Amino acid sequence: MTRPPSRRAILLGATAAAGTAMLGGCDRLGEAEWFRRTLKTGEDANLFVQRLLLTDRTLAPEFTEADISPWFKPNGTEDPPDKSYKALARRKFETYRLEVDGLVEDPLKLSLADLRKMPSRTQVTRHDCVEGWSAIGKWTGVPLADLLSQTRLKSQARYVVFHCADTMDQGDDTGTDADDADAATSGGNANPAMTKQTGGGEDKRDSGGQQAADTEPATEPVRYYESIDLVDAFHPQTILAYELNGKALPVANGAPLRLRVERNLGYKQAKYVMRIEVVESFADIGEGKGGYWEDQGYAWYAGI
Amino acid sequence: MPRTYLTRTAPDTGEVEHRRWMFRHPVVIRVTHWFNALCLLVLLMSGLQIFNAHPALYWGKVSTFDTPLLAMSQTEDDPPKGVTTVLGRTFDTTGWLGSSTGSDGEAADRGFPAWLTLPSDQDLTGGRSWHFFFAWAFVLNGALYLLYGLLSGQLRFRVIPQRDQVRHFGASVWEHLTLRFPQGDEAKRYNVIQKLTYAVVLFVLLPVQVLAGLAMSPAMDAAFPFLLTLFDGRQSARTVHFVVAALLVLFVLVHVALVVLSGFWNNMRGMLTGWFVIERKVEPAPAADGTGRAS
Repeated sequence: MTRPPSRRAILLGATAAAGTAMLGGCDRLGEAEWFRRTLKTGEDANLFVQRLLLTDRTLAPEFTEADISPWFKPNGTEDPPDKSYKALARRKFETYRLEVDGLVEDPLKLSLADLRKMPSRTQVTRHDCVEGWSAIGKWTGVPLADLLSQTRLKSQARYVVFHCADTMDQGDDTGTDADDADAATSGGNANPAMTKQTGGGEDKRDSGGQQAADTEPATEPVRYYESIDLVDAFHPQTILAYELNGKALPVANGAPLRLRVERNLGYKQAKYVMRIEVVESFADIGEGKGGYWEDQGYAWYAGI
Repeated sequence: MPRTYLTRTAPDTGEVEHRRWMFRHPVVIRVTHWFNALCLLVLLMSGLQIFNAHPALYWGKVSTFDTPLLAMSQTEDDPPKGVTTVLGRTFDTTGWLGSSTGSDGEAADRGFPAWLTLPSDQDLTGGRSWHFFFAWAFVLNGALYLLYGLLSGQLRFRVIPQRDQVRHFGASVWEHLTLRFPQGDEAKRYNVIQKLTYAVVLFVLLPVQVLAGLAMSPAMDAAFPFLLTLFDGRQSARTVHFVVAALLVLFVLVHVALVVLSGFWNNMRGMLTGWFVIERKVEPAPAADGTGRAS
């Protein structure tokens, strides 16, 4: 004898079906451009509110030497595969020159020795990876504000862009050693969370832009880059660090020079900084979102 | 508040039953309740997505990678196993935690399984977008609920036990544990345990959850360094955020179970339309006039 399904059975079935549909539906919703933009308003609100709460000089917490992590976990690129970088590293960065240019009156070209001669700041701060882990390190470096003041910014200057040595995505014409490229890739796999989102940027390049296709052929390698605005650039704790825990910055942590922009997550702390460019807008750089991870969908503002 | 009495005499026993309609949940309470439920679900699932980016928890300022409080990982075995380590003890959690199959049917190295995370595939930035948007929605919705609850007196009615309830606390616990739900006038107000539970959720768990979330933000730590003092460091805040999320899940499970057990359709009608039926205690019908006046 078959009995009609009970109210409870119908309800349970309906709930399960609705649950499954909802899960799939949320994924599809999350892929829709309008919905993704709507969700992003949450991150816009983060920037707006945190800028209200923080003054330009509110310091990130500083810690004592006793708090320093015994091992400062390197993340992302740990050994840039690029030949030009390797050549620099072999000669202990003696031939390294930091370029500061863009919307400045007096562009600069500085060796590591020049930077070490400048007034420095040492700070014991916490590094927070977007993945969730933290480490504390002691950083010594040149306040970015000092460098920028020396160059005298032009009035249109709004953002500071950090161009880095490490290639993230290989093009056809890479100038990298194949073996080391593998090493870099496996380093990336150690952090499965920050894998590249396929879709977003690539699609846009296909459909949207001749301009992108013209200026940047698909074969060109993509290097790490980041950008901050002038509030963060002139913050007293924003330094270009050449030392970690009292020793020369190791390659795994970004030698010869890495950005420390405290009050921000790890992906803002650009490693292997080669060139600092002052711009009015970063729309023409990379995919136009202001950084390598930003181009993969991460928020430009990384205060949370 | 409108009241309707329905009186009927049960044919067999001659006992009188009274059903009384009570308008229990004003519209603001109903809307904020369901919107809150949606927010909590999205926050939980996108939170697990974010957790999966580094499926380990620590105590203190920094991550002590060798001594996590909790860690999930996938082994190198073939087929791979999922293992979860809690306070130094390791459990095989293949298929659930550490290693589970995704939509492609392949075993993947992930903390929580795809069906519990939002988005379902590994996508930290997607999870963060969902989480922050719904965190704002949750906070604004919660503020509306609290403001309305305070001004209308609903909050006091819902969470503060009355004096007699405190006096009969022991009896209430026993009643609750044996799943005997109050009838009659007693059903018009929330049970003392119910009130205390709601109070703990509203004024302890949810605020702690928001503060622990904020303590994970490097910018918020600069603005409000006491957040770090409060939680003993950023990594502890992350652990507290995870544990409180688990407690909220426990609350919701018990809440839903009691909704089902104490009269599912009546409760659902109450939270959807506002109208709730109070079943009067069944009493013998008065012999003479039969008016059935309830005491």
